[in-house]
Amino acid sequence: MKHRHPTASPLAKLLRPAALGATLSVALAAAALTAGPAAAQSAKEPVKFSGAPVRVGEINSYTGLPAFTIPYRQGWQLALEEINAEGGVIGCCELQVVSRDDAGKPDDAVRVAQELVTNEAVDVLAGTYFSHIGLAVADFAARNKMPFVAAEPLTDAITWSKGNRYTFRLRPSTYMQAAMLVEEAAKLPAKRWATVAPNYEYGQSAVAWFKQLLKEKRPDVEFVAEQWPVQGKLEAGPTVQALAAAKPDAIFNVTFGADLAKFVREGEGRGLFRNRKIVSLLTGEPEYLEPMKDEAPEGWIVTGYPWDQIDTPAHKAFVAAYTARFKESPKAGSIVGYITMKAVAAAITKAKSANSEPIVDALAGLTIDSPVGPVTFRASDHQATMGAYVGTTTVKDGRGTMKDWRYADGANYLPPDDAARKMRPAE
Amino acid sequence: MSFLLVQALSGLATAATLFLVSSGLTIVFGVTRIVNFAHGSFYMVGAYAGWSLIERFGGTPAGFWGSVAAAALAMGVLGAAMEVGLLRRLYRSPELFQLLGTFGIVLVVQDLTAWAWGPEDLLGRRAPGLKGSIDILDQPFPLYDLVLIGLGPLVLGLLWLLFNRTRWGTLVRAATQDREMTSALGVDPARLFTGVLFLGCALAGLGGALQVPRESVTLQMDMAIVVEAFVVVVVGGMGSLTGAFLASLLIGQLQAFGILVFPQITLVLVFLFMAVVLVLRPHGLLGRAEEVPPTATAAVTVPLSAGRHAGPWALALLALLAAAPLVAGDYALILLTEVVILALFAASLHLLIGLGGLVSFGHAAWFGLGAYGSALLVKHLGAPMPLALAGAPVLAGLGALVAGWFCVRRSGLYFAMLTLAFAQIVWSIAFQWYAVTGGDNGILGVWPPGWAAGKATYYWLTLGLCGGTLWLLRRVAFAPFGYALRAGRDSGLRAESVGIDVRRFQWMAFVLAGTAAGLAGGLYAFAKGSVFPTLLAVPQSVDALVMVLMGGIQTVAGPLAGAVAFHLLESEVMSLTDWWRLVLGLIIVALVLIFPKGIVGFLSGFRRRA
Repeated sequence: MKHRHPTASPLAKLLRPAALGATLSVALAAAALTAGPAAAQSAKEPVKFSGAPVRVGEINSYTGLPAFTIPYRQGWQLALEEINAEGGVIGCCELQVVSRDDAGKPDDAVRVAQELVTNEAVDVLAGTYFSHIGLAVADFAARNKMPFVAAEPLTDAITWSKGNRYTFRLRPSTYMQAAMLVEEAAKLPAKRWATVAPNYEYGQSAVAWFKQLLKEKRPDVEFVAEQWPVQGKLEAGPTVQALAAAKPDAIFNVTFGADLAKFVREGEGRGLFRNRKIVSLLTGEPEYLEPMKDEAPEGWIVTGYPWDQIDTPAHKAFVAAYTARFKESPKAGSIVGYITMKAVAAAITKAKSANSEPIVDALAGLTIDSPVGPVTFRASDHQATMGAYVGTTTVKDGRGTMKDWRYADGANYLPPDDAARKMRPAE
Repeated sequence: MSFLLVQALSGLATAATLFLVSSGLTIVFGVTRIVNFAHGSFYMVGAYAGWSLIERFGGTPAGFWGSVAAAALAMGVLGAAMEVGLLRRLYRSPELFQLLGTFGIVLVVQDLTAWAWGPEDLLGRRAPGLKGSIDILDQPFPLYDLVLIGLGPLVLGLLWLLFNRTRWGTLVRAATQDREMTSALGVDPARLFTGVLFLGCALAGLGGALQVPRESVTLQMDMAIVVEAFVVVVVGGMGSLTGAFLASLLIGQLQAFGILVFPQITLVLVFLFMAVVLVLRPHGLLGRAEEVPPTATAAVTVPLSAGRHAGPWALALLALLAAAPLVAGDYALILLTEVVILALFAASLHLLIGLGGLVSFGHAAWFGLGAYGSALLVKHLGAPMPLALAGAPVLAGLGALVAGWFCVRRSGLYFAMLTLAFAQIVWSIAFQWYAVTGGDNGILGVWPPGWAAGKATYYWLTLGLCGGTLWLLRRVAFAPFGYALRAGRDSGLRAESVGIDVRRFQWMAFVLAGTAAGLAGGLYAFAKGSVFPTLLAVPQSVDALVMVLMGGIQTVAGPLAGAVAFHLLESEVMSLTDWWRLVLGLIIVALVLIFPKGIVGFLSGFRRRA
């Protein structure tokens, strides 16, 4: 009957975060020792560092999309170990990474970023996979004047319409990947095109760019059908049937992951791909191609990452180190994670400082040698010139892979500096 | 013509899967009244188990179908285990408390599945003997889909026989109609319920295992199916198998033909359909009126009491909270700001659940509308923060005014699903109206101006506004308005007979709750600096429910305690381990078992005994 102090419990709980903040770093150190990158590094002769460590706060959707983000994490872990084994950054200091999950939600990502900045005293932010989360963290970075290297989000907005001084993006954007595919699509005789893309910004801007760029090169093409399935909920049968009914000569596909597998299965079953050319975004990435095993589509024109066939010495060394370290083959995410961390380290070393403004200045125009070739973060729009591999899918030894591919250097698929600068908000 | 026929057949194949999963859900709900959030998890694990078995044994038709059956049976056993280990202990708790328990199971299953099968999508074998397609009027159609089309009616027929021609089925139907009378006649309800959970979860597992030849098995399958299954159940009429069958057929066809007419409508089609059906038919297509609509309250409720010294305690707490910036760091302040905002969000939902007996599955709509209200004012009109904050409750309140008018005309789970439908409609508008809302890329740059930019200042501002609103909500609970609302909750008929217009009171409560949630949303927007459709999405609504239930619905302080506990747990566990869903899920299950009346409910019960 007596509700004397129903508030006693929340009070006790409310007081906890302050105490938790203090214990958190201890717990974290313990967690890092068991699972984190620090563990592997201690195996070899420890490197002596003369200066204070430089800290990177890393955020990604590790529980939301583990199939894509865990290869990415392994990529940056490998890079981190290499960096510290070679003497760290600025020739004096250990590079440390504090990694966090964002649960796939932008508001959680912003909270985590705040925690990394205030409690973990990180000097640089990096990571993110989803476009909206990348944008949320980019906005946070600008607000708090923290350098942020967005690793994987594809949206054009992050470097263009919503670009800011503190945000840089590594992976080739939706625009760049679409432009690479248009180059190939324009060579096809196909005149009637259909599109299928997930119903959100990524799918929509990919289709919009593809249409616009292809029309510029081939005014004679027409787009006869479009399908916009919900991401992750593709109704494969009806969608395939609806596309087939429009009798297109070729199809531009943007679906990926589980939707792609469904689309391919149902499309094969219903003869959608017979005598048709399919041009498909990202489908050549092992993340999407490998789960389909021997059912991977044949003869699709795709962007991707044929990791087993790239035989430059730098890339071979990367593959060897990665497979030795993690006992599995690298994915596209792995190479993105690897280059992200190398770029962060290079920027800090170039800046000779762990402070925000020098690092941001260093990132603008920074060029690093990566396993895929030289990559430059353009000073004009903060987009890296990392490219993608354009080729044709095929099935070899019971698994999907790419053939007849070439490396499309991102620098060739970006608008000129002036045009890019104009798309960014005034600073 | 042939194209339309094949399109209709494709719709039928979709419908078959939907029916298998939702039939299990409707059976479980009809008998036990349990809102089983974990139903989708059984579907997902059924698919994973089916994948493993089919990879090993699926080379022959017998091996394939045996594997599917084994996966379904395994899910049935797991479902029965969940009933015995968890749900059985909660039958005396407020009815929705089981929902919280099953939510904990969802989290645990997500992590355990990722741990057992790995993060990658798994593409299984095709069904042996059914790999190809046949031409139907010159249009190729997959053989396996034809089999699925046949399976739907077959399962419906078998279920009908089970329920109408066996003793067990008769008992289940009796329990569906009147649980108490059945047990008074000497039928052990616990055993009956175990059997029902077995059957329901086996059907979910069957639906999952049958997907293996059609699509890859992923960790996102559970959430993808469970909401849709609820839609089917509610559209068909709860507890009605034929209704679920009919609803599956309609939704399958709607999806097959909807994308031909308007491809972009995929996001919201099923929810629009559900809203229309529920507005027109109060109990779905084939449901019957319930004698006692399920409410959040148990049969024996402790009446809400004002508490003798609540005022001084609240003031002391407020003073203590206001002093927090003196000792707390920036991050602790941010966490506290979020906790205070979420406390208001949870309290606003509690106004509906605790006082009105109206369980909303779509409360995020008003939180998100508030956030968008603020963000849109800032983005399009360059409004200063005070004006933008004032706009938040207004937009949310207006939204709730419209949606509430429809929603309060329904009760129980129909009410809950109608609120969900409205939330999904609002969500899809925010998601797709790029020119105004920025679509899924959201609205950025919604930061407080210089004078409120300091973490402490913004915290105090939040504390003041939320504290004030919470005080108002508390006043409402103990004002005549609150008593009228509770009268309507406890007995609508008696309340009407003494002249209370229950519906109008519920509508006003709905608007008030929406307005308060909107203010919380507006504050949240400025705390985060950006607004995304995720704030309007199902997980946000579920979070609110979890907070309210965790704290306990019978006290005013419950939702506040729930918000504090849930948010701190989530954020702290998340930063400590990648397995945070497992840990959080286990904690929720443990809480449910230890405090079947919620945290505050437990504390006050404890004091009563002492």
